[in-house]
Amino acid sequence: MMNKVIAVLFLWVVAFSVHAQTNDDRPLIVITDGVTEPLPFALPQFQAENSAASQISADITRLVAQDLAGTGLFREIPATSFISRVSSFTQPIAYADWRAINAQGLITGAVTVNGNQLVVKFRLYDVFSGQELGQGQQLVGTVDGWRRMAHKVADATYSRITGEGGYFDSRVVFVSESGPKDNRQKRLAIMDYDGANLQFLTDSSAIVLAPRFSPNGDRVLYTSFESGFPRINVLNVGNVSRQQLGTAQGEMAFSPRFSRDGRQVIYSLSNGGNTDIYRTDLGTGQHVRLTSAPSIETAPSLSPDGSQIVFESDRSGTQQLYIMPANGGDARRISFGDGRYGTPVWSPRGDLVAFTKQNAGRFHIGVMRTDGSEERLLTSSFLDEGPTWSPNGRVIMFSRETQGAGGTSSMYSVDISGRNLKAVPVQGGASDPSWGPLQP
Amino acid sequence: MKMMTRATVLLLALATAACTNPDRFGGAGGADGANGANGANGANGGLAGSANDPASPQFFNQTIGDRVLFAVDTSTITPTGKTILDGQAQWLQTNADYRAVIEGHADEQGTREYNLALGQRRANAVREYLVSRGVPSSRLQVTSFGKERPIEVCSEESCYAKNRRAVTVLSFSSITS
Repeated sequence: MMNKVIAVLFLWVVAFSVHAQTNDDRPLIVITDGVTEPLPFALPQFQAENSAASQISADITRLVAQDLAGTGLFREIPATSFISRVSSFTQPIAYADWRAINAQGLITGAVTVNGNQLVVKFRLYDVFSGQELGQGQQLVGTVDGWRRMAHKVADATYSRITGEGGYFDSRVVFVSESGPKDNRQKRLAIMDYDGANLQFLTDSSAIVLAPRFSPNGDRVLYTSFESGFPRINVLNVGNVSRQQLGTAQGEMAFSPRFSRDGRQVIYSLSNGGNTDIYRTDLGTGQHVRLTSAPSIETAPSLSPDGSQIVFESDRSGTQQLYIMPANGGDARRISFGDGRYGTPVWSPRGDLVAFTKQNAGRFHIGVMRTDGSEERLLTSSFLDEGPTWSPNGRVIMFSRETQGAGGTSSMYSVDISGRNLKAVPVQGGASDPSWGPLQP
Repeated sequence: MKMMTRATVLLLALATAACTNPDRFGGAGGADGANGANGANGANGGLAGSANDPASPQFFNQTIGDRVLFAVDTSTITPTGKTILDGQAQWLQTNADYRAVIEGHADEQGTREYNLALGQRRANAVREYLVSRGVPSSRLQVTSFGKERPIEVCSEESCYAKNRRAVTVLSFSSITS
């Protein structure tokens, strides 16, 4: 029942303008905790340049709007309020008409379909200053890959308006769940960040937990109970072949993550009631023990520069967060608030650590600076856990389990500001998301 | 002939255990990986009265008790637990053909990774106790399901108390991992 993974898209980007961007790439909005008013944008339906493109141009336009509005940073102005009609991709922009309806951003586009080839052109305008923002772009791909084309347009738009990287053309690997709480079936699945293009990577014959993408998205590490004992598998996303990380009899291995170069795995190994953190080189199979305390050391996550590891330990008596050098050594505790802290994940920007906090019978997803300061709780529920970062470090996805006998798990996303909490639309139960990189 | 009969009885006994031990998930649609470790699966067992046979796994599971429970976030064996494990140790010494995998579990009030480690701690505490009572360590293996396999599904202490457990799961065949 293994599904084949989506065929690789051939997609490339061509800039129209010859000249590089000048100082007009200054962001229209700077994302801070203070941004509460979404930026209004107009997105007239992309021109269908031939009849074969008429439906898909509408679909692409909708998806670009959905991506942008879904961030909570942008608000789409309904087409019914438009004064100007955009009847050609090359016509001059009537800025006054767009100013009159308070559009700050305007996105125009054109779509051509030739057989299975799809060409999307788009331009972005800063209405208030009356200028094109950056360069027009042309994307060439396949009709099957139209969603990715739309996500690319949205990423470029987001990036030019905010000055930060986007996150729409990305995928999430997670655990798809079904069945009752006392016999839950779990299988690995992969999907686009917005829940589309769901595919299963394993069957449900063994419990699988906590998949983690490699830095370039080509492989996934996960924990499997195939043998009856938790063991770490490396799965190739392209051909769904998998390989077990060598583990001695009597040992349990779990909670893996790739190093930033994708060549090593850091993880937890349990033996004789003690759990410590290890690192294994995938090429040589050589492994190194990084902690050696009688307490539980688990959930390691490397800093973006690869020099440090944040992890959780109950060496103080309860679960808390610690940072140590990547090769092991003295660890310093960074969590000091009330309650227990687990599942730390270093942000892609390096400045924050996301975590699960358990306090007074509630679970929270939160972030703190890497020195433990400025702790901020983003969510609160019966059971939230397992944060993962969007590629640009602006959004966190996590699992939320509901209470009681009929409890089920689903995935949510939330901005690191704590705003824009929403469910990720997936059929059935879902847990343990790992957000992959922006696709090339 | 004698060997054959013995093997048949064991097979049926294991099959019965598979039907009554809630930690032996699987069956329809399931066939979870844990079954691979436990050996027995499926067949229509139901040998009534085998719990009266002190050499049967059924007796081990039901009369002695196949599990011990733990307080929140601890792996300390309680006095009640010790009594059960004393019985388990005696049974395992008498029935030397059996091996066991001790499965540690946690309640849902905790993060996934920590609960796996906590379950391992609990299972290992049971293993160490059984070894201290004379069971050869080579016959005992340890695993943890963390919070993945609750037997009680409510989100209250009455259920959590039963889910914080270590279950000694017998197997007749040799263990591989």
